Amino acid sequence: MRTTAHTPKQEGTSSAKMLRAMLGIGILSAFLIVSAFELTLPRVEKLKAEALEKAVFNVLPGTESTRSFGINSQGKIIEIAKGDTPEYTLYAGYDKDEKLVGYAVEASGQGYADLIRILYGYNPKEQVLIGFQVLESKETPGLGDKIEKEERFLENFKALDVRVTSEGLLRNKVITVKQGEKQNAWEIDGITGATISSRAIGNIIGSSTTEVVPVLRRHSLKMDGAKPLEKQAESNE
Amino acid sequence: MSRETTSSVPKATTTDEFIKGLWRENPVFVQVLGMCPVLAVSNTAENALAMGLATAFVLLMSNILVSLLRDFIPKQVRIASYILIIATFVTVTDYAIQAISVELYKSLGAFISLIVVNCLILSRAEAFASKNTVWKSTLDALGMGAGFTFALFCLGAVREILGNGSIFEWALFPEGFQNWIVMILPAGGFFTLAGWLLIINVIQTRKVKS
Repeated sequence: MRTTAHTPKQEGTSSAKMLRAMLGIGILSAFLIVSAFELTLPRVEKLKAEALEKAVFNVLPGTESTRSFGINSQGKIIEIAKGDTPEYTLYAGYDKDEKLVGYAVEASGQGYADLIRILYGYNPKEQVLIGFQVLESKETPGLGDKIEKEERFLENFKALDVRVTSEGLLRNKVITVKQGEKQNAWEIDGITGATISSRAIGNIIGSSTTEVVPVLRRHSLKMDGAKPLEKQAESNE
Repeated sequence: MSRETTSSVPKATTTDEFIKGLWRENPVFVQVLGMCPVLAVSNTAENALAMGLATAFVLLMSNILVSLLRDFIPKQVRIASYILIIATFVTVTDYAIQAISVELYKSLGAFISLIVVNCLILSRAEAFASKNTVWKSTLDALGMGAGFTFALFCLGAVREILGNGSIFEWALFPEGFQNWIVMILPAGGFFTLAGWLLIINVIQTRKVKS
């Protein structure tokens, strides 16, 4: 392959060769990448959906089946069609008898290292949060990632108060307090050693519940407690 | 020591091509190549093993293809061609890992895409595959890949045992064990690597002396 050009003729052949080589490899690469993408796509999507479903089951104990909904910018609950990007995505969980267990809401916000994505479960009947899970975080291993595993911290989300006032606003915004200083049912007992991360969780839940919980509460009152959401969607049509 | 072992490549038999990557020219412990993933993704044994295997796969495929195309690629565009070939297989691996496990894909994160710029792979393409037959290049890639995986696993195992008190998420110590959190943080990667390099160098110098 030593084609150091001495005459113009050789130079011509060598640049044609270079082009041919680069083009050939480019086409081969494109073919390989696209076929790998097409081959893995169905399974990747299936795995992602399964992981999300597992998370919904986790934050809404007793759930047997789920349906996904969105909240649009006017604060209305809508069914998600393909390609829609609602303001908030939520999943209604139903138990064996098709009764509503609660709603799982996705939320995200800035943590210590990067964006933290979480899912929390809301029970509109009791007006409390009943579950919490971190979907994605890059918090420091051993310190910030305690928000994912520490039992004592996760205890906070078994019955976190998110009551709504008669005006339809959240009565008390959820907030993280220092470890051991939790006094009210709407406070999250923080973690020493993961101060920023646990505070970030408080902020994410605080701002998300302020907007989402009143909408869901209103909706479930209108639905007279705990009828499945799809009835509403059908009657709208 | 590393200079002596890497620069002098005597006439090697085919099995030698495989064995050299495991020990004599181990990419991590002797050549000290590809330090970015070695330090970053060796926080648990599982991550280390997955990263090692992913890199080994890319190394194998790119070595084979580079070797096959060695008479087809002009010298002037060889680096661009090699990078293109490597990037292709990295993308394929990226999709494959996503299809294997979402959890694993999350914990390896951006480091899968960064295999493209792992100098181990480019150096094998440039220094070996572009000058040798497909069969020899395959053996070379298998040896180097195995050596890299082995080294990453050595680091990952030590870091997980000390930093998390477990191996493959299997708890090793009784309840009261205080984890050395520093070992799973970036600093722990440097400590562990230094420890292994020390051990390996002691062994090598003893061998030379005797």
